[in-house]
Amino acid sequence: MKEKALGWNGKTLKEMLLESEKLIEEKKQYYGIDKLSLKEQDPFRYERAYASLRGALVSARETALHVAASPIVKEIGELCFALYTPEGDSIVVSTGILVHVHTMSEAVKFMIREEYEDDPGINPGDIFLNNDPDCGNVHTTDVQTLIPIFWQDELIGWAGGVTHQIDTGGITPGHDLVSAVQRFDDGVYYTCRKIGSNDKIWKDHFISARRSVRTPMYWELDEKCRLAGDLMIRDAVLDFIEREGIDYYKRFIREAIEEGRRIVLERVKERLIPGRYRAASFMDGAFKDEAWQPIAQADIMNNLPLEILVKEDGQLSLSFDGANGPSDHPFNCGKGAMEGGQWVLLTQILIYGDKVNDGAYFAVEKEYPLGTWANPGDPYLSYQAPWGNLIPAYTGMMKCISYGLFSRGYREEVVPGYGFTGDAIQGGGIYDSGPIEGERWALSTFEISGQGLGASAVRDGLDWGYAMWNPEADLGDVETWELFQGGVPYLARRVKPNICGHGKYRGGSNYEGIAVVAFSKKVEFFGAREGNAFHGCGGMHGGYPQATGYRLYAKNTNLEEIFKNQKDYPLGDPEPTDGEFEKFIEGDIVRKFASLIYPITLKNYDIFHFSLSGGPGYGDPLERKLESIKKDLDDGIYTSDKVYSIYGVVANYNEDKDEWIVDEEATKKRREEMINERKEKSMSFEEFWEYERKKITDGKLYDAPLRMYTESLQLSKNWAKEFREFWKLPEDFQMEVK
Amino acid sequence: MVEHDKKTLARMLDGDLSWEELKPIVSGRKDPNRFDVIMEILQEKVPWDEKIILPLHEHLYIVLKNGERIVKCDCGFEFGDYRVNWKTKCRVRVRDTMEQIEELYLKYMGCHPDWMELREYFCPGCLTLLDTESVPPGYPTVFNFLPDIDAFYENWLGRKAPDK
Repeated sequence: MKEKALGWNGKTLKEMLLESEKLIEEKKQYYGIDKLSLKEQDPFRYERAYASLRGALVSARETALHVAASPIVKEIGELCFALYTPEGDSIVVSTGILVHVHTMSEAVKFMIREEYEDDPGINPGDIFLNNDPDCGNVHTTDVQTLIPIFWQDELIGWAGGVTHQIDTGGITPGHDLVSAVQRFDDGVYYTCRKIGSNDKIWKDHFISARRSVRTPMYWELDEKCRLAGDLMIRDAVLDFIEREGIDYYKRFIREAIEEGRRIVLERVKERLIPGRYRAASFMDGAFKDEAWQPIAQADIMNNLPLEILVKEDGQLSLSFDGANGPSDHPFNCGKGAMEGGQWVLLTQILIYGDKVNDGAYFAVEKEYPLGTWANPGDPYLSYQAPWGNLIPAYTGMMKCISYGLFSRGYREEVVPGYGFTGDAIQGGGIYDSGPIEGERWALSTFEISGQGLGASAVRDGLDWGYAMWNPEADLGDVETWELFQGGVPYLARRVKPNICGHGKYRGGSNYEGIAVVAFSKKVEFFGAREGNAFHGCGGMHGGYPQATGYRLYAKNTNLEEIFKNQKDYPLGDPEPTDGEFEKFIEGDIVRKFASLIYPITLKNYDIFHFSLSGGPGYGDPLERKLESIKKDLDDGIYTSDKVYSIYGVVANYNEDKDEWIVDEEATKKRREEMINERKEKSMSFEEFWEYERKKITDGKLYDAPLRMYTESLQLSKNWAKEFREFWKLPEDFQMEVK
Repeated sequence: MVEHDKKTLARMLDGDLSWEELKPIVSGRKDPNRFDVIMEILQEKVPWDEKIILPLHEHLYIVLKNGERIVKCDCGFEFGDYRVNWKTKCRVRVRDTMEQIEELYLKYMGCHPDWMELREYFCPGCLTLLDTESVPPGYPTVFNFLPDIDAFYENWLGRKAPDK
């Protein structure tokens, strides 16, 4: 036991945390603050104070990323810094991956609840490392460094930094491992571990860490990057106290968080409509024929239902009640992951601005039901790729918020969703020749940062330029990726037609790529995105979901001969039923409906294809303007057969002019035909209800949705009640996987 | 205070603004009178006389009809009480075979019907496609948005709803 407690006025950190939690519970205001007295007395000083801390954090991030080595951090800025109160509530956050508004907060609270103050002790200059999803992280790949900040003998805050790693030593190389099925596959775990003192990371930690991952140089330099940023933040805080005084600082951090809470309530009242919002989204995982491990050999469909209540006082209440169970797969989500996914989106669609902090966290109620994928309550499961559920699940939040924005008149802000940042092709190998023969390379492209965004209610979605987990989405330079993953140079990259979500306003489009294995041995390759199910909750107001992914690769090819003879090779896969792989190369060509594959081995001259995602559409496609369709055809976004079958547009290619010409008369006739077809091929709701109900009662559902229904019915009384009432099923109706 | 003129907002609703015109509306501070201006534009636009209480959808409105709040399509079709999911009055097409799905998506690039189906909800009056649902077979129809109209008008706008 320490002689003197580290908290304020002789309290322990645990006592401070309990007091903070009691005050927010009782007074419904952060730390019981009912008046922003500093802001009211001298608003200029208050704003300057906030701006100085915010500026320090942004500066720390911008400086620290130059210390980092991994292209994910350095090239596309996958890092973020935050300043926390002694209890772990974020006061100010840098730019970057705002996933981490609240994640490191949970890590600080974990250390306080576990009484780190006594053992292992918290001293000036100490350094703590965390990547455990069970205490405030998203997945092991996000690695956090936290340092305490002291003023005299009191702990007055924490500085935290997080970066995304290329590899954390999991079951296979990579950062989102499809083959992780339990904690022990997730890679190296640091559960709020003290790794240094006196501002220096201990040598034994570096020795151990270097041997725990496949990319030791990236790991070590990224650790130094985070520590450098944390130290810059600590210096800035101490300067702040020298300038403003410790009493001002102590009051200021409380008011800044309470103001953050109030900003959310005001923004909600400004933009939305009170009421109940719902969206249903899903994620498929075709593991049955892929998994090596017997416990993982099951196809899964995850139920990701979201209900948002917008209350009269502007408070948001989110619930995932109805979610199905966790599984022996890597998509399980801890609280840190659920918070991370939520915050990175809310700060983009509703609560953007500089005063984003844990005040926002306190303004939003949430329910992550225990025993579901959203809160398994079991630290021994795998949490390696929670994004597999988070990314589709939070399309529901975007869609729900969009209904409110639409009704309020802010149609330009409507976005029903986004493409899945999947198909992060991953793996690695060893150079078998050349100047760095024998060295390992890791396949970790983050081109996935450029997906299609959903259409709004007034325009098309953004093409190839959005990632839900990084508001500054940037897919980086292909040359940089090739430099770092030299064993798989690109053969081609081009726009992939017919993949955006159809609608009056189409979703963003995207492209596909082909890479070849070269100069390497022992190459592992895997990838995943949605394949059997459309991603997320689809389009809005008549718009359609974007196309799904699939898997295509070829082994034992004759590419060496093709290169030697300078013959044509595949540049894409624009029409899978008439593929360029089949047309140009010989070899074992594999096409799979499901995109998810466990690691396979590849050798030189094997090639693989990957495709990025479009975004969902908005509105009835038959209302799309003809000039927009013409542009889609000219730009290669759609092919003429698909604009005919989806948009009812007849167009002909004019070779002389090198452009598409829409036949307006024929289009008018075709669209009239399609309206008639709608009547002929649709049924009344009552007929639909009978037709669909049979699918539940006749016992012929496929395993994956059947397992999903079975679990949701068992885990949620409310969801089960609504389900049974909707289909007029007996009160004790259950489903069962045979 | 930022205010966008009615003509500009009307053009925005029609999708006629260039990106240069739209960008300041997206990025700038929001105009606090937006709801009222949009309501005015919409009321002038619909071919019927019922008072709009809340725009619900590109084609659907909650309107006042004989003292009741009902959902009405701009074509004139009436869906009934706004507290009941309007989709339950739609005509529905279910695409649950590969052939039907591949009319809209290339092979390999749509959902697999064993896992998911695509539903299309049409207005019975004008057959406009009002919504799609991509859900596993047998999933209940989703009731997306139930607004609290009185709380909105009285507590947020500080006035009674138009029918009160």
